[in-house]
Amino acid sequence: MGLFEGFAITARQHRFFGGERVTNEYSGGRTRDQHDQKEAKPERVHGRHVLNRYEDGMEKCIGCELCAGVCPAKCIYVRGKDNDPENPTSPGERFGFVYEINYLRCIHCDLCVEACPTEAITESKLFEFSFLNRTDAIYTKTELVVGDDGRPQQMPWEDWREGDDTNTSAWMRATAPSGSAEFEGQVGWSGELGYGVRAPEPAQPERDATTKTVKAVRR
Amino acid sequence: MGLVQDILDEGFSGIQHNFITARLEDLVRWSRARSSWPASFGLACCAIEMMATGAAHYDISRFGMEVFRASPRQADIMIVAGRVSQKMAPVLRQVYDQMMEPKWVISMGVCASSGGMFNNYAIVQGVDQVVPVDVYAPGCPPTPETLIHAIETLHGLIETGELLKRRVASGSGANVHVEAAPVPSQPVPVMLGAR
Repeated sequence: MGLFEGFAITARQHRFFGGERVTNEYSGGRTRDQHDQKEAKPERVHGRHVLNRYEDGMEKCIGCELCAGVCPAKCIYVRGKDNDPENPTSPGERFGFVYEINYLRCIHCDLCVEACPTEAITESKLFEFSFLNRTDAIYTKTELVVGDDGRPQQMPWEDWREGDDTNTSAWMRATAPSGSAEFEGQVGWSGELGYGVRAPEPAQPERDATTKTVKAVRR
Repeated sequence: MGLVQDILDEGFSGIQHNFITARLEDLVRWSRARSSWPASFGLACCAIEMMATGAAHYDISRFGMEVFRASPRQADIMIVAGRVSQKMAPVLRQVYDQMMEPKWVISMGVCASSGGMFNNYAIVQGVDQVVPVDVYAPGCPPTPETLIHAIETLHGLIETGELLKRRVASGSGANVHVEAAPVPSQPVPVMLGAR
């Protein structure tokens, strides 16, 4: 009776017999019940970009176009402009006047984050979004710059949940300062609107000891 | 028998609405959204994520989509997963034409949506030049969550019937306008590096 042996194995996986449920019942936010939850994400996951601001509200972007130059998909378009000395947008000479990212080209490689000299562009953990037309997919500066509370702006076609906008920076670079012994315990990131100055990253062995393995949430 | 002729001519929209037929149309839309079978059109690495969406961890049979049909005649949604080369484009269009109305298209991943990082002569720069796309899922490749978000966005639009109304009004799919480029009478030489 090989047929029923197979069925018995399947039946034993059922919750009734103490089996574990493997299916993550995320449904894109349409059924907002208790099962509609995202899986836990690693802290350096690459998602939608944000343009950060300093603690005093000034923009970090200086319009240097290094991100646009390094982008392998050529999805970033930046134009810099001289700051108005009376009413500057960013500290220093220039600021990002035009900043556009086309999400129908972006491959979330994070090379722009690596290239940015002022830590202006980083990535949040949101990747649950989809577009109904091509114009929605081109994010301009108005959509990318963080709000006055330092949190990313939420578009209607994006599905933000708790935790997607925490630590949008400071953990995003692969070339973390504590990777080199010279920078261990030093503050590697400039202060940020809404988050302030972050604690320095610990030394490599210390960090390895404390890093928890990210596991999927089981219910 | 005006009523029967209207239904034969125009389908459900030919019925003069009363409360029974209005509920019937809701039921039709509901069943269209809840059992929309995808045509398997996996072309590249996005197809791996599409398979992952179909497997037990994400399980799109929750949305009535677990049967990926090899025959386009049995499919409702075409998920274009991966980069479409110029040679593949006519095949894609033929598969789309073979699908039965009503039909929808999800452009999965940046290569299908706009060519992505392959901005070259071999890849179609956006599959909406070939077929009318309803929902674009960004990412390289999109995670199963992104694809589920796109699928559920599309299902919501199918349930409201908005997409089909728009298609009837404009004669096309979502935001797509294709017209033939005018053919010059004389061949135009390509001057590379010329000033």
